[in-house]
Amino acid sequence: MSRIVGIDLGTTNSLVAYVDDKTGLPRVIPDRDGQVLLPSIVSFTPEGVLVGAAAKRRLVRRPESTVYSVKRLMGRGYDDVKDELGYLPFKVQPADGIVKIQIGDRDVTPPEVSAIVLKSLKERAEAHFGEPIEKAVVTVPAYFNDSQRQATKDAGRIAGLDVVRIVNEPTAASLAYGLQRIKEGLIAVYDLGGGTFDISILRVKDGILEVLATNGNTHLGGDDFDRAIVLALLADIRTKHGADLGRDLEAMQELRLAAEAAKIRLSADERTALTIPFDGFTYHRAITRAEVEALIGRLVESTLAPCRMALADAGLAAADIDEVVLVGGSTRVPLVRRRVQELFGKTPHSQLNPDEVVALGAAVQAQILAGGITDMLLLDVTPLSLGIETLGGIVSVLIPRNTTVPTSAREMFTTSVDGQHVVDMHVVQGERELAKDCRSLARFELSGIDPMPAGMPKIEVVFLIDANGILSVTATELRSGKAAAIEVKPTYGLSEADVERMVEDSFTNAEADVEARLLIETRNEADTVITHVERALAQGRRLVGDDEHAAIVAALTALKDARNTTDRDRIREATTATNQTTEHLAELMMDAALKGALASRRADEIMEK
Amino acid sequence: MDHFEVFGLPRRLGIDTAELQRKFYELSRRGHPDFHQAAPPERQAEILEASARLNAAYRALRDPLARIEYLVRLEEGRDTREGATVKPKAPPELLEEMFEIQEALQEAKSAGQSVGLDAGAKRTLSDQRDRLRARYEQEEARLRGPLSQAWDAAGPADRAGALTAFKEALAVRAYLRTVIDDIDEALGESEEGHVSHRRH
Repeated sequence: MSRIVGIDLGTTNSLVAYVDDKTGLPRVIPDRDGQVLLPSIVSFTPEGVLVGAAAKRRLVRRPESTVYSVKRLMGRGYDDVKDELGYLPFKVQPADGIVKIQIGDRDVTPPEVSAIVLKSLKERAEAHFGEPIEKAVVTVPAYFNDSQRQATKDAGRIAGLDVVRIVNEPTAASLAYGLQRIKEGLIAVYDLGGGTFDISILRVKDGILEVLATNGNTHLGGDDFDRAIVLALLADIRTKHGADLGRDLEAMQELRLAAEAAKIRLSADERTALTIPFDGFTYHRAITRAEVEALIGRLVESTLAPCRMALADAGLAAADIDEVVLVGGSTRVPLVRRRVQELFGKTPHSQLNPDEVVALGAAVQAQILAGGITDMLLLDVTPLSLGIETLGGIVSVLIPRNTTVPTSAREMFTTSVDGQHVVDMHVVQGERELAKDCRSLARFELSGIDPMPAGMPKIEVVFLIDANGILSVTATELRSGKAAAIEVKPTYGLSEADVERMVEDSFTNAEADVEARLLIETRNEADTVITHVERALAQGRRLVGDDEHAAIVAALTALKDARNTTDRDRIREATTATNQTTEHLAELMMDAALKGALASRRADEIMEK
Repeated sequence: MDHFEVFGLPRRLGIDTAELQRKFYELSRRGHPDFHQAAPPERQAEILEASARLNAAYRALRDPLARIEYLVRLEEGRDTREGATVKPKAPPELLEEMFEIQEALQEAKSAGQSVGLDAGAKRTLSDQRDRLRARYEQEEARLRGPLSQAWDAAGPADRAGALTAFKEALAVRAYLRTVIDDIDEALGESEEGHVSHRRH
């Protein structure tokens, strides 16, 4: 069987791993520069598409054509996401059950953007092994519904990958731990990533990992922490500088990145400082861990109710749990660790790198499927109840949540009118009593029923949820024994024809070739320097003498000229020269900003007294 | 093949759950699709179906109450869940109290959430709910205990009677569940979005 890799397609970062044949242990594959994490960011440029770190560097300069956190849009409709679109700098529009991202005069769907990330990882793996890679296990949040899983599978197809299995992230993590550290007992996996939260409760015994219950929130993660911090900073900037940056896309990206960086530093330090040069002023402030904890406290608290529900569904108390495992970058936040520890009364495990453990587990599952591991087996569950809409809009549950997959349910259908030859059904997913409060998955139309009196036809419909957590439906007319025709209209998601077309089109999303990419990168760096120097000159003119000012202007002009050529070396030299010329000015401005910050703090303190 | 047959068990309710779990793991190890990825497509489809059947069977049998609900369906010849919902029925000895509770709930509903219940009404309702919970647990214990034992001991002639006893007890349990949930909701103690989750 050909090689299968494991891919963690994350909200913030993605990575690819495999199981080493010699050691039998999973390993992550680094890129050429030794980087393991690929930022899940895609930037569209006239010269081609950039992905990863190169795309991340364009977030501030080209916010409207640089897509991040696209996982939050996968398999979702416009109404699901419209509340958070105000925070995204790129344009998202409704499109027939899904959303599309508008980039200039073209648009792309979330699976197409994810496909670009997957393709980059595919190429990374191919470079590593020196052979084509066509199959992958891809992870998704456990609480992802059918549409979100399908969208992930579609992304794989568009990237030229056969997604042989969708695995739930917390379960993947437990596979990595199961292989290396935990052999027996009841485990709680708390997985808080960039955009999603999952809790899974498992029983591990004799190499079998049985998921007992899972719960979560597919719209809660580190992104929300950053947003809470950004909102506080915006208010602070309004007070201190009288500027409202809420509508300035570039400024918002600078703030978001600064907030994220400060949050990360505060996982190790008690306090840190932010210095962000904006157009017209430099914002500087100190921020403490306690302040950030106050801002994100409510969000962290909101992860605890799903934990309690998962425990209840598993028929367990917190004290029954033997081991707690932390997964996802956001579990580095000390407040998160504290809360989880309090809830379960145990010190959580985090020996395996929380950023890598999901990919490692995906690689283990890939190895199981390839036949390389035969003594481990994962028994996962479907996270949401599956039902059909009945009279009065009430949901009749066919497969309750937390049922081990694969699983199936049968239901009999008949006609209500003489000669009726078509029967409709509406399939939903969720825990609410009314269909309208659940997630609509699809409408099915059973047709070609032979004309008979009402109630005579007996159509048996089988709902099958496979090991990926994805639903398929078949129907048989019991009298004739022949399969009934079913037409599926997915409520959310791409049609088969859409996916086919995107596979064809995927070359238009081809990554820019190496030369073009390096040029874009170099120009990008030049653009960043140009913006910063222009701002510095506007704010700090009075700090330097005329000669120095003239030298800076000259360097800047030379850089602008160089930037428009295709000569990379020239652009790089001009960038370095400009940086050197402005070093002194930058120091002077930093001093001024620090003094300003101290002065304003003193004023605050006086006001308080 | 019914769920009992999947595990090679007779149609009896006394099942050793530890043994059931061991068997489930053993059968999963043998027949899980993960271990048969190289099989031809038709064989894979069969394996998938068998695996789905095994999982459904384990789910239905591992919990003593789900086991009874399944048995009732099976005995009535309904393999699907169609019409499987038992019609909730009030326990006769509590009819009078139920009437009062429903009235109080109606009042609470018409008063609306903005006004809310006064402290006295809240206490009364929560006391009533606690009594109903005790009654609910009593009904479940009866289903798991004496009624299940009666089924296992019953000869062919007594089975219909045992089945009727199950159905009555399940109907009472369903009724109590609904009222308890309604009181929880009126008291604002149910988890948002998960009002219905215990009703399945």
